[in-house]
Amino acid sequence: MEGQRYIVFLFPSVSYALKAEKILKAAGIAHKLIPVPRHISSDCGVCVRITEDKQQDVEREFLGKVGWDKVVLL
Amino acid sequence: MPLDKLNNRIIYFDNAATSWPKPAGMMAAMINYNEMIGGSPGRSGHQRSLDAGRIILETREALAELFGCDDSLRIAFTKNATEALNIALSGILNPGDHVITSSMEHNSVMRPLRYLESQGVQLSVVSCSGDGRLNPADVLAAIQPQTRMLVVTHASNVTGTIHPIAELGEIARNHGILFCVDAAQTAGALPIQVDEMAIDLLAFSGHKSLFGPQGTGGLYVRKGTENQLRPLMMGGTGSRSEFEGQPDFMPDKYESGTPNTIGLAGLGAGVRFVLAEGVEAIRSKEEGLTARFLGGLAALPGVTVYGPPDAANRTAVVSFNVAGVSPSEAALELDERFGILCRPGLQCAPAAHRTIGTFSQGTIRFGFGYFNKDEEISLALAAIQSLAGGDTEK
Ligand SMILES: Cc1ncc(COP(=O)(O)O)c(C=O)c1O
Repeated sequence: MEGQRYIVFLFPSVSYALKAEKILKAAGIAHKLIPVPRHISSDCGVCVRITEDKQQDVEREFLGKVGWDKVVLL
Repeated sequence: MPLDKLNNRIIYFDNAATSWPKPAGMMAAMINYNEMIGGSPGRSGHQRSLDAGRIILETREALAELFGCDDSLRIAFTKNATEALNIALSGILNPGDHVITSSMEHNSVMRPLRYLESQGVQLSVVSCSGDGRLNPADVLAAIQPQTRMLVVTHASNVTGTIHPIAELGEIARNHGILFCVDAAQTAGALPIQVDEMAIDLLAFSGHKSLFGPQGTGGLYVRKGTENQLRPLMMGGTGSRSEFEGQPDFMPDKYESGTPNTIGLAGLGAGVRFVLAEGVEAIRSKEEGLTARFLGGLAALPGVTVYGPPDAANRTAVVSFNVAGVSPSEAALELDERFGILCRPGLQCAPAAHRTIGTFSQGTIRFGFGYFNKDEEISLALAAIQSLAGGDTEK
């Protein structure tokens, strides 16, 4: 979508991010695993990027299955 | 049948120590990791590192499915059941705490507990019957106000005796005691459901009935229990790298250092094999082999069998002795003359042998596996008959 903004979900560790990836794949929600941008955290891990409009769907999928630390607008 | 002429083949009856052979997919998964992936999981974030992480996640997910655990991240990997048990016991118990165990335990439980006892933990070892059975009423009677944990093996590695895990779990839960189960002998061989059995801590070997390679095992930790469970080792986890404190969440808290990714790739294939065959089918095959062997032994004079009389109450493990032959002599003879590989002696479980009255010479232990065949049982029975002096050809 034109002008669509991205958000990222940050997780405790890569194990969580990969579990999140598996959940989103199963749910058919477009996403991308990207390195955590330096301005967000100094952690060397990866995070899950989705378009902003999908935030609620994604949170619903994650609830009770995988915990996340925070959601940040890119 | 030329029993002495089997030297071009072996009969592997040491599955209780480690399973062999492994399903074909196990080696393929390890080769695939090594040739196609090779990265360090959870560390670098490049595609090969992520692929390595995905392999480990799939192994966790398969185990979570097998154990009826709703979140695979509740499982931390270790190098074997021993490491998992050490984390569970040393990580929870403090001087002044009381812990209850059974007299059928392996030294992987007994030694950490004896050490903790020397540090001020109170230990009650509940006596089992001569065939290794633990009476839940005796466990109930051993509970004290300061009892913190009940730790028992799911099944004995000496007699195969299966402990009533669900019943014991209920007792522990009703008394607010943590329930730790040593599933080294049973993970993959008997149904295990962590919720139904009220298990808080489940230690398992990857290299026995889960058909992974050696160097694999793990610990399931019930949600919230990690808050009272200290890690045994601390170090790099790939996560929270900016902090010098150990992560406090599952599974990273207990997974310091580069993991055995190639081994866990193999373990994943092993667990998926178990899921595809079905634990019930595996159990029924192994129970059949055990029943056949027990039936055959009963007809042999001079042979003493230990443990529960019928196969339904034990795993595919049978300990026995042949009159006039020491277990180690018998094992050597079985190996050299018949190519039958087993484990003689105390099998790392002196307490269990005291319980069944075979300390200190021990027993001959056969551990059958899913890949054994009826004909191997028949050959073994003929070999034992020959050892017992009942072989008319000799
Ligand atoms: C009952 C029992 N507990 C613990 C262990 C230790 O398992 P591992 O060799 O995976 O550390 C074994 C087997 O060796 C066992 O049979």
